[in-house]
Amino acid sequence: MMKKTLVSSVFLGLFACNVAVANEGTKELRKVIIEQQKILEMLEQRLNDTDEKLNATADQIESASDTVFSSTTIGGYGELHYNNYEDKDAVVDFHRFVLFFSHEFTDDIRFFSEFELEHSIAGEGKKGEVELEQAYVEIDINNDVSSKVGLFLIPVGIINETHEPPTFYGVERNGVEKNIIPATWWEAGASINFKLSGGLAFDGAITSGLNSTKKNPDGSYNFTGIRKGRQKVAKATAENLAYTGRIKYTVINGLELAATMQYQTDLTQGLGDLDTASATLFETHAIYQVQNFTVRALYARWDIDGDEAKDSGSDEQTGWYIEPSYKFNEKVGVFARYAEYDNKAGNNALTTVESTSLGINYYIHENVVLKADYENVGGSKDTKGFNLGFGYQF
Amino acid sequence: MNKYLSTILLILFLFHSNTSYAKKGVYQTSKQFIQKSFLGVPPSAKVMWLSKEDKQIIMNILSHKFNRLRLRYWQIKDETVWIINEIGKEKPITIGVHLKADYIVKLKVLTFRESRGDEVRHDFFSKQFNHLALTENNHLNKHVDGITGATLSVRALTKVARLALWLHAKAILKT
Repeated sequence: MMKKTLVSSVFLGLFACNVAVANEGTKELRKVIIEQQKILEMLEQRLNDTDEKLNATADQIESASDTVFSSTTIGGYGELHYNNYEDKDAVVDFHRFVLFFSHEFTDDIRFFSEFELEHSIAGEGKKGEVELEQAYVEIDINNDVSSKVGLFLIPVGIINETHEPPTFYGVERNGVEKNIIPATWWEAGASINFKLSGGLAFDGAITSGLNSTKKNPDGSYNFTGIRKGRQKVAKATAENLAYTGRIKYTVINGLELAATMQYQTDLTQGLGDLDTASATLFETHAIYQVQNFTVRALYARWDIDGDEAKDSGSDEQTGWYIEPSYKFNEKVGVFARYAEYDNKAGNNALTTVESTSLGINYYIHENVVLKADYENVGGSKDTKGFNLGFGYQF
Repeated sequence: MNKYLSTILLILFLFHSNTSYAKKGVYQTSKQFIQKSFLGVPPSAKVMWLSKEDKQIIMNILSHKFNRLRLRYWQIKDETVWIINEIGKEKPITIGVHLKADYIVKLKVLTFRESRGDEVRHDFFSKQFNHLALTENNHLNKHVDGITGATLSVRALTKVARLALWLHAKAILKT
């Protein structure tokens, strides 16, 4: 009995001792865990701090390299052309080199300009010209109304306002918009743009007018054409203004319908003894894009008053074209165009120019294009030839 | 005739001087877009750091260099929202894209800063992106009809839709 008690006491003692040792071990373990917890929290804090520092550094680097939010921006476009027509020497010409400069004064007031060098070299006896095609300040009155003051492109036609080479087919701009409208056409004045509702917009402009006169050595004046009447806002006679209105409908995806009316109070600007030549331009066009197929169609017509215009048959000037095109993929698109225009439609003579073109655009990059087209010209002109070109925009 | 011009310019001047200019082009703030996408309870923003390989893919989608080191996004389960800036012609257009599973739930122009091509902000155009997904070569699986005269803005939105779909897939894969 005594033996049993002694053995039990020894076991109990050993157990108690073990429990005491175990308790001490747990305490030690807890202490270690708490310390490790602290280390983990500290490391987490450091990690967060490093993350913050990393993001701050990235912000700094990105803001330094981010020029897209800069107030002043530069853009441009250019095009090199090679023309080879029957009975004419082949010509290579860096037709247009254009730089855009714009500046945002505030979120609502901005300046935009387009500076152009045509035909590579300008100056006394040279073939080129340096032109200021746009220089205006645009003011947003609210989300749906804005106004321009300065020198700007007339809101008419398809290519007058948007004519960067990758945006259209054909090496040269089409003859109808060039000779009838006449693109590219800019004037000085003020304009207002209303976005009436989703996809319906109205533009109104009061601008300097055309001056379709030429002074003879004897001091008298001759009546000239519409295209030659562009004064390009270079000490332009501004006795008689022009009023333009355009309505544009783009509610249906892929479809644009637009019409422009312009009234010129006097194309002679009251010069010489010429009869007053008030004039009205009507232009309308449609562009419809379905999948990769696009068709563009445009009609334009001038009605000009005055004896001189009537005598020469230029009292009525008309033109139209239709241009279907198909883009096979991002790289290649082809087009065909039939165009007719007549700057002397008021007479009975055969003065209509008929042009049929076929061509291809190859996009090296979405903003860099190689172009080739073949043109057959008939009617009052008789020639055919081909054009090659390259163009870019940025 | 110059008398008429003076009168018109005076009217224009008075029109401008009596108008308090509203901030143009902000159609919805980023915060509003995110809140609306997650039904009012937006998660915290996450950050996706971009590797050299990522940037190469993004460059192929955008057709220009991409200088950002990372992009912020918001995610709950398989839904993400991205706010991306892309230049139309000259100025960045801020575009919000909400995606779920492998398709676009909604794409919206939040801020438009260009002087032309703002037709892309309308729902009749942007709703074309709803439910579009990405093909194997990172193109949209359906054609988006353009708007004539807004070609560059349309192109910017299409690129952002492709980019957001690619980023979304990468974010989902990460989780």
